[in-house]
Amino acid sequence: MYTYNDFDEAFVLERVAQFRGQVERRIDGSLTEDEFKPLRLMNGLYLQLHAYMLRVAIPYGTLNSGQMRQLAFIADKWDKGYGHFTTRQNIQYNWPKLNDVPDMLEALADVGMHAIQTSGNTIRNVTADHFAGAAADEIADPRPIAELLRQWSTDHPEFQFLPRKFKIAVTGSPNDRAVTKAHDIGLRMVRNDAGEAGFEVVVGGGLGRTPMIGKVIRDFLPQEDLLAYCEAIVSVYNLLGRRDNKYKARIKITVHENGLETIREKVEARFAQIRDGFTGFDQQLLAQIEQHFAEPSYKSAKTDGYEAARLANPAFRSWTDTNLTAHKNDDYAIVSISIKKHGHTPGDASSDQMRAIADIAETFGHNEIRISHEQNVILPHVHKADLNLVYQALRKADLATANIGLVSDIIACPGMDYCALATARSIPIAQEIATRFEELKMEHEVGPLKIKISGCINACGHHHVGHIGILGLDRAGVENYQITLGGDGSEDATIGERAGPGFSADEIVPAIERLIKGYVAIRQDDEETFLQAYRRLGPAPFKDILYPEKAEKNAA
Amino acid sequence: MPRAFTPKVITANALLEGDAVWFTPDSTWTGDIKEAELLEDEAHADLRLLEAQAQQDKIAGAYLADVKAGVDGPEPTHFREAFRTRGPSNYNHGKQAEV
Repeated sequence: MYTYNDFDEAFVLERVAQFRGQVERRIDGSLTEDEFKPLRLMNGLYLQLHAYMLRVAIPYGTLNSGQMRQLAFIADKWDKGYGHFTTRQNIQYNWPKLNDVPDMLEALADVGMHAIQTSGNTIRNVTADHFAGAAADEIADPRPIAELLRQWSTDHPEFQFLPRKFKIAVTGSPNDRAVTKAHDIGLRMVRNDAGEAGFEVVVGGGLGRTPMIGKVIRDFLPQEDLLAYCEAIVSVYNLLGRRDNKYKARIKITVHENGLETIREKVEARFAQIRDGFTGFDQQLLAQIEQHFAEPSYKSAKTDGYEAARLANPAFRSWTDTNLTAHKNDDYAIVSISIKKHGHTPGDASSDQMRAIADIAETFGHNEIRISHEQNVILPHVHKADLNLVYQALRKADLATANIGLVSDIIACPGMDYCALATARSIPIAQEIATRFEELKMEHEVGPLKIKISGCINACGHHHVGHIGILGLDRAGVENYQITLGGDGSEDATIGERAGPGFSADEIVPAIERLIKGYVAIRQDDEETFLQAYRRLGPAPFKDILYPEKAEKNAA
Repeated sequence: MPRAFTPKVITANALLEGDAVWFTPDSTWTGDIKEAELLEDEAHADLRLLEAQAQQDKIAGAYLADVKAGVDGPEPTHFREAFRTRGPSNYNHGKQAEV
């Protein structure tokens, strides 16, 4: 993985020193909150309901063991012994104190990490497929490109005050695990007829109050043009994007209001103008970056023990059935560590768990760790011969929950338990749904199902692309939960449709239970997933299940 | 007829700790909403908010929040403000842990 060079290190340390001075001036009264706020946001520091919150970027979700241990150390020394992994592949600390934050940032800088551009109207942390570099279905590892974009966008002088925040996601696989179509720019690696790798460029996707699926602005962009083309998109948006209304300022609205054709013409014109300025230095840089992402030196060992252990231990077998994904090396597997133990907070890991993950990755996983936008942790390279030992070690750390992709593998934003923007709580709803389905012992029977919960219309919990989405709102001073159905964050990205009136906090979990049991009753066979059944049958039968009184009235 | 003024308290986040605090009748900040000044007059509330906001070295983001008068002092009426008096529901952290 990428390691900071002297320039990166000096830059990050200088920013820490600047922020230390800004914090001192805020505390001694030289800066008002209005003056300080944009400065702290540039460094990822928010002020939430109960405390400050520090959002730390995990570029394209990639960490090594040393970085994970440092995240644990920071959690113990300056927070409450845990961290929250987010849908943006970041980690958030919920309880930092203002005067400790410069020290936290310095501790991050020690392991090549920072919180720069995790807030503000800038290009945010570039996200990527969490199986990047390991997935069997991958054309190429998208992370060198993500790193190139990170270096280009960090402190880019032209793009520090965009109309609104700007998010870029990259995938190297045809199976989109990075929700690229819900990003300001989505990059999907594809091959042209000549077999050359390039990118399909998608623009203007996003969730939030006006959800939009991104539109293809270029079918095929050669890799060497990527940076110039992205710069052209962002610079067109920088001029054209609205600054009069925060809710109409994202590029999805710019594309919607001006039309894709107009945007494309402007982008192509700008691209033609700036392309020659990219003299190939970016490609030299990319070549250097690629060396950091060399494949691990795979070990060779017999895998018979793995099959034997599977036969001998049903719990291990169940875990391998749900938590493993095919690796491009047949002797290896990609391990997803669920941070969704039933009844626990989605995405929260204790410092002990972080250290356990770091140790396991170091011993069995070529020192590589990924954070997924689904709020789980990935060990991308584990030899099958080691899976049983990995499983045993995960069990010891209370990290062996076998539920990846199932009902209880819920995405939930922090909601009104932490977030100042939230209109309702998300975490307790996720906890209750997971606990209920653990009691029912039916999630393996239900099969693949993505439930995503947001505690406000800004949709950090991706509810629009949940097979079942839940949106928490404030209805006349009471928490109320709206259900959306049929959303999909994959390469077939679809925005879910609202099912009908919302449910109270007491009614929402029974409603979800009714919905899922109802789906099981009407599916064609055990193989038909919730989403497939929804697509085959349409919303009507699902609405009848959710609102039985209304269905009866209609039938009468 | 003008709409009746809903009673208010002034609340903010403490500058260093970031936790919820309320403005008292003697212009200090408390972690207990019951000790907050109950503001029943709109003009007085606006004036007190200006005074509260002037204490930039102690707090950030002061605003007026709806309350009702309780036996022991002001009580929140909205769930958001009620959560701010306690802390998150998933862990025993924040104010509820200090009791």
